[in-house]
Amino acid sequence: MTARVGVITFPGSLDEDEAARAVRRAGGEPVALWHGERDLRGVDAVILPGGFSYGDYLRCGAIARFAPVMTELAAAARAGLPVLGICNGFQILCEAHLLPGALTRNAGLHFVSRDVRLRIESTRTAWTRAYAAGQEITVPLKSGEGAYAADDRTLAALEAGGQVVIRYLANPNGSARDIAGVSNEAGNVVGLMPHPEYATDGLTGPGTDGLGFFASAVSALAEVAR
Amino acid sequence: MTVERVLTGQDTVAQATASPDQPQPYAELGLTAPEYQRIRDLLGRRPTDAELALYSVMWSEHCSYKSSKVHLRQFGEKAPASDALLAGIGANAGVVDIGGGWAVTFKIESHNHPSYVEPHQGAATGVGGIVRDILAMGARPVAVMDALRFGAADAPDTRRVLPGVVSGISFYGNCLGLPNIGGELAFDPCYAGNPLVNALCVGVMRHGDLRLATADGPGNQVILLGSRTGPDGIGGASVLASATFGAEGGSAKRPSVQVGDPFLEKLLIECCLELYREDLVTGIQDLGAAGVACATTELAAAGTGGMRVRLDAVPLRDPALGPPEILMSESQERMMAVVTPADVPRFLEVCARWGVQATVIGEVTGTGRLEMTWHGETVVDIPPGTAADEGPVYHRPLARPDSQDALAANDPDALPRPGDGPALRDTLLTLLAAPGLADPSWVTEQYDRYVRGDTVLATPEDGGLIRVDQESGLGVALATDGNGRYTLLDPYAGAQLALAEAYRNVAATGARPLAVTNCLNFGSPEDPGVMWQFAEAVRGLADGCATLGVPVTGGNVSFYNQTGQTAIKPTPVIGVLGVHADVRRRLSIGFGTEGAPIVLLGRTGDEFGGSAWAQVVHGHVGGRPPRVDLAAEQALATLLADAAAAGVLSAAHDLSDGGLALALAESCLRGGLGARVTLPGDPFTFLFSESAARAVVAVRPGAEAEFARLCAGQGVPAETIGLVGGSLLDVAGSFTVPLEELGRVHQGPLPALFGPASSAPAITS
Repeated sequence: MTARVGVITFPGSLDEDEAARAVRRAGGEPVALWHGERDLRGVDAVILPGGFSYGDYLRCGAIARFAPVMTELAAAARAGLPVLGICNGFQILCEAHLLPGALTRNAGLHFVSRDVRLRIESTRTAWTRAYAAGQEITVPLKSGEGAYAADDRTLAALEAGGQVVIRYLANPNGSARDIAGVSNEAGNVVGLMPHPEYATDGLTGPGTDGLGFFASAVSALAEVAR
Repeated sequence: MTVERVLTGQDTVAQATASPDQPQPYAELGLTAPEYQRIRDLLGRRPTDAELALYSVMWSEHCSYKSSKVHLRQFGEKAPASDALLAGIGANAGVVDIGGGWAVTFKIESHNHPSYVEPHQGAATGVGGIVRDILAMGARPVAVMDALRFGAADAPDTRRVLPGVVSGISFYGNCLGLPNIGGELAFDPCYAGNPLVNALCVGVMRHGDLRLATADGPGNQVILLGSRTGPDGIGGASVLASATFGAEGGSAKRPSVQVGDPFLEKLLIECCLELYREDLVTGIQDLGAAGVACATTELAAAGTGGMRVRLDAVPLRDPALGPPEILMSESQERMMAVVTPADVPRFLEVCARWGVQATVIGEVTGTGRLEMTWHGETVVDIPPGTAADEGPVYHRPLARPDSQDALAANDPDALPRPGDGPALRDTLLTLLAAPGLADPSWVTEQYDRYVRGDTVLATPEDGGLIRVDQESGLGVALATDGNGRYTLLDPYAGAQLALAEAYRNVAATGARPLAVTNCLNFGSPEDPGVMWQFAEAVRGLADGCATLGVPVTGGNVSFYNQTGQTAIKPTPVIGVLGVHADVRRRLSIGFGTEGAPIVLLGRTGDEFGGSAWAQVVHGHVGGRPPRVDLAAEQALATLLADAAAAGVLSAAHDLSDGGLALALAESCLRGGLGARVTLPGDPFTFLFSESAARAVVAVRPGAEAEFARLCAGQGVPAETIGLVGGSLLDVAGSFTVPLEELGRVHQGPLPALFGPASSAPAITS
């Protein structure tokens, strides 16, 4: 059975098409979800894509967390639905308190768009089980508010609980402890600042290193279905 | 005295008729006495304040092309026969057939003056404006590029202007979700008080989707959608873009710069595309310079001919605005659509779904008059063509400046040249570190190049390349080029060299050049010397396009680029669009295949007039620019596209600023492999000459014979000069440089000048 992965479109979403393509490349079936509707259409997993959900002039994701679709999503995520937030999606998940910490302005105060090297730190999440622990990958980063921040106690708890999912090899934006992605305690909700969906086709990206995030969820869901 | 204070909303047509001798502030609005008299003659009375405002912006240099029109005609008259053109000059942007049922539209436009006054918002709204031009044609915008020119890199004001311009482009373009795939970055003291910010956008549509800016069918409704109208940018086109900056700088003109809201523009894009899909639009135009005045007069003049508009229905951000301000406001993120009465309810529903405000403000009539009312009183009643199409046309006096002879005589032959290997090595490193030739990542890393997932090539490649059709691999390549030094030395040749370089850059990606857009940045048209430069450049460009068989599909003229009496170097920026049959066969500049033979294509002469070497090393601009050979350019471009299609090349890089030396260094850094070359003649000439119609390629090992046959077939001189490999750039008998050192020298300058963009170096592939 093919895993159905919902991709939410907010009015200012930009990366939903590429997220859908990545799901398809990983063998899943993308399902379009609209921010203004509460219905998750029975999907097996959800991706919150990158972009500028509602313009984000205030604080990235601060308005999106109140979108109608988020009520259902929050409940489903707490019940174990695999949820992946990429870039703006990560910011929204933090604003919605589905993930700990916050994303703040890059250290240089500039938007940073470049390919970054990452190390997979945890393979126990719904979105990273296709990788090997310690595996190094190259994925594009493109964000202005990408510096991960949390208080020391939260950071220590993340480390202790294996919730740091990926780390930058060379910190591009001042993120605390080089953190590029984190998960919730259960490991079903993951937020990533870099964009693995743009590393699933060697023609338009730096390679296919990003495919594993999507394959992780799609294959796990297919196994459950069997 | 500001415009706002002298014009009122109270002046009606009835009052204008009753008070024929009331003095009017036409001069403050940028109109000359004869132009004002002409308006009076056309109307048979004095204009109302609202009409005066309307004519002043429509007859401004920026909107009417009154000084350039007589020259620009050549683009049409000399246009090569092309069946690729679906819409040409005169439309918001030209539309080109690229096959497979697909069409693309592209255009480049200046936002120079606003970007000097307020760099961030000026550059941001430059992106917004060109994107709406493309949207108005019925296309989905898919990529942008920016050609940027600033004063000396180490000048204090450049530290204000450049970071602001880049952050503005980054802020607006990234939020819109348009990949920024290339452009230019150049520095020259002549741009210190007048930076050039030229923004290009390309859009894609199916053949049947083309929209036209006409208001046809009496009874059809006129709808204004998008942002509310505010006091921002009032008189931007007439007062700002058509005036020069004096010694007082730009602070007094700050209110003339518009403020951008990219989120609203993103909604406007998605909303318009949905309106098009549901076929709810009979005509549409973007609101840019001259706002409502321009959109209403142009839609009416191109359509049935009449329109009635209730100006008091225009949604306002500031309730104090009256008719003149509403007409002149350049508030961003607005479009004007013509819709049949039956479609209006559904049209408004679609707008509501996207949260885009839409308001019926008038209707098309058969009267032949553009009539506007303000709370029931008529404040505008004119034949729209008189404002839109029948503005003044000037045959400005032109004269070749006496200084041209001295410039030409001051040739670079007497400049001391590097005499040995170490000196040649130093010269290469000096050029690599020159701000205009250094790695531009500090700028381009602030732009999202990935978004939409179809970017195949972007900076630092020769051209940007966007996939259009995921199935077939059909794509379009784009490049912009301009060289103020060459154009100063010889405007006719300079324009052709800019055209040739963009054409060559597009070909170096493996695409076939198809069409041209241009942004002509010059000083004051009232200066006969500048006008001569302009006339020569246009003639050169029109002749060049005719010879190369690529039509000009549209463009933009920006005059008054000067500080006080001193004009910028004449800077035509030329954009060329090419079609790539299959983007999987694209060529990168990067040397990535160990053992690939390196072949130099074209003829190298001793040509240093206006070169990067002369300027960077000696501060010298003089002599003759490189010789133009368009037949050779055509042969080279055909060869590159054929070779890409045949899959015989592993890399290709055009030669331009800094010559072969710069190209080799860039290709090594891009691909991560070194090169060992033996030059076939005088090392200095071969390394740094800027002879045109040249490229350097790396041939796929095993395909040497096939490539040689292709070169012979096109008559392109080809000389194998070395091999890709190792971790050094090794010029036999002269010098070696480790890649690591090349990278450090190339990547260091911009962060050193403008501050670290972030805390870690980029990965090189």
